[in-house]
Amino acid sequence: MTEKIRNVFATPAGVIGVGALIGILAALLQKFGNPPNMGICVACMERDIAGALGLHRAAVVQYLRPEILAFVLGSFVAALLAGEFRPRGGSAPVTRFFLGMAAMIGALVFLGCPWRALLRLAGGDGNAILGLAGLVVGIWIGTLFFKAGYSLGRSSGQGLSTGLLVPLLMLGLLILRLVYPPVEGQAQSGVLFYSAQGPGAAKAPLLFSLGAGLVIGALAQRSRFCTMGGIRDLILFRQFHLFSGMLSLLVVAWIVNLLLGQFHPGFQKQPIAHAQHLWNFAGMLVAGLAFALAGGCPGRQLFMAGEGDGDAGVFVLGMIVGAAVSHNFGLASSPQGIGPHGVAAVLIGLGVCLFVGFTNRQRV
Amino acid sequence: MGRVSVDARGLSCPQPVLLATSKMKEIQTGEIEVIVDNETSRENVSRAARASGWEVVEVTQQGEEYRLLLERK
Repeated sequence: MTEKIRNVFATPAGVIGVGALIGILAALLQKFGNPPNMGICVACMERDIAGALGLHRAAVVQYLRPEILAFVLGSFVAALLAGEFRPRGGSAPVTRFFLGMAAMIGALVFLGCPWRALLRLAGGDGNAILGLAGLVVGIWIGTLFFKAGYSLGRSSGQGLSTGLLVPLLMLGLLILRLVYPPVEGQAQSGVLFYSAQGPGAAKAPLLFSLGAGLVIGALAQRSRFCTMGGIRDLILFRQFHLFSGMLSLLVVAWIVNLLLGQFHPGFQKQPIAHAQHLWNFAGMLVAGLAFALAGGCPGRQLFMAGEGDGDAGVFVLGMIVGAAVSHNFGLASSPQGIGPHGVAAVLIGLGVCLFVGFTNRQRV
Repeated sequence: MGRVSVDARGLSCPQPVLLATSKMKEIQTGEIEVIVDNETSRENVSRAARASGWEVVEVTQQGEEYRLLLERK
């Protein structure tokens, strides 16, 4: 069998199209109620999920974001239909858990994942430039480790539970969301916490969030869309493939924001953002390095978890726990600036990533 | 030059591409067999090979594994 195109979404046009669709849906999710410049943010939304489950008690960021659940389930269904669902794992899961924690802790110092960094820029938030610069430097450091033989070792085929547990967890959370819907003016509904005000109270209608999430999950699985991978491949291989999808997301979200009146350029008083440049840069540097060492941006980790990759699932769980730690220990930033222990968070997160990088150099 | 082999099974991004491209640089011309165990790595290695001036002359699938034959004359 000779090489031919079997997956149209993995072509350059495919990945650009998927990036554009994410840009459109993210701007619309914001229009229909999600927080400003946060139509989609994998880090913030997982942080909100940690809050909804009571893993942290920051009252303004508690909501069981349906988008995250739908990303995994959409990817799961797409992988299943394409014959790509394959339970696998065993590549340094504990290390990946800590990388997930470090990634989330860094991202919450900046206040966003790479997707939100792009969406913040598309909404006019100049502070995102510092975050994106930090992301690039973090990923660049990651590529140095890869060139030095860094590897977390091989994964191997696993039993069905390894592939199914994370999609089942997301399904279970979705059922909880349906059984315990938000009640106006109440901070709790059944076992779930709901923000009465703040970003956690800003939400698009459930069906729109779910639908957008399922579509993005499925198409991102098919296209292998990855923001960290876009920057990494550009640095490591001078390859524009994934980067073009990322650029497409940025440009299309910017255009849709302009059309919807959601573009407000500036550095000060940007929504759910602070203007401490050094820490915007440093937080995202830690996150970028963690994503690079773990082999995917937080979105991609969700999509891989949907494909049955238990190691990616462990990274996702690490991110959710990292969010809880961030808010319980005062590591996360707020619009007022970095948290009381934000500096320590960045330094420890960087230390953990460098420790992982230096201790996993091997020739495979 | 004979055929050399790269076993990238079970490795996550970007290692399959890194191993394949470093082998391409090392031997310059000839045949390289790259073994991967997922569709994403198959696509990525094929894309990197073509970008480096190599031809993907054959892809065979055995269960969950793909064997890619890369060639440059």
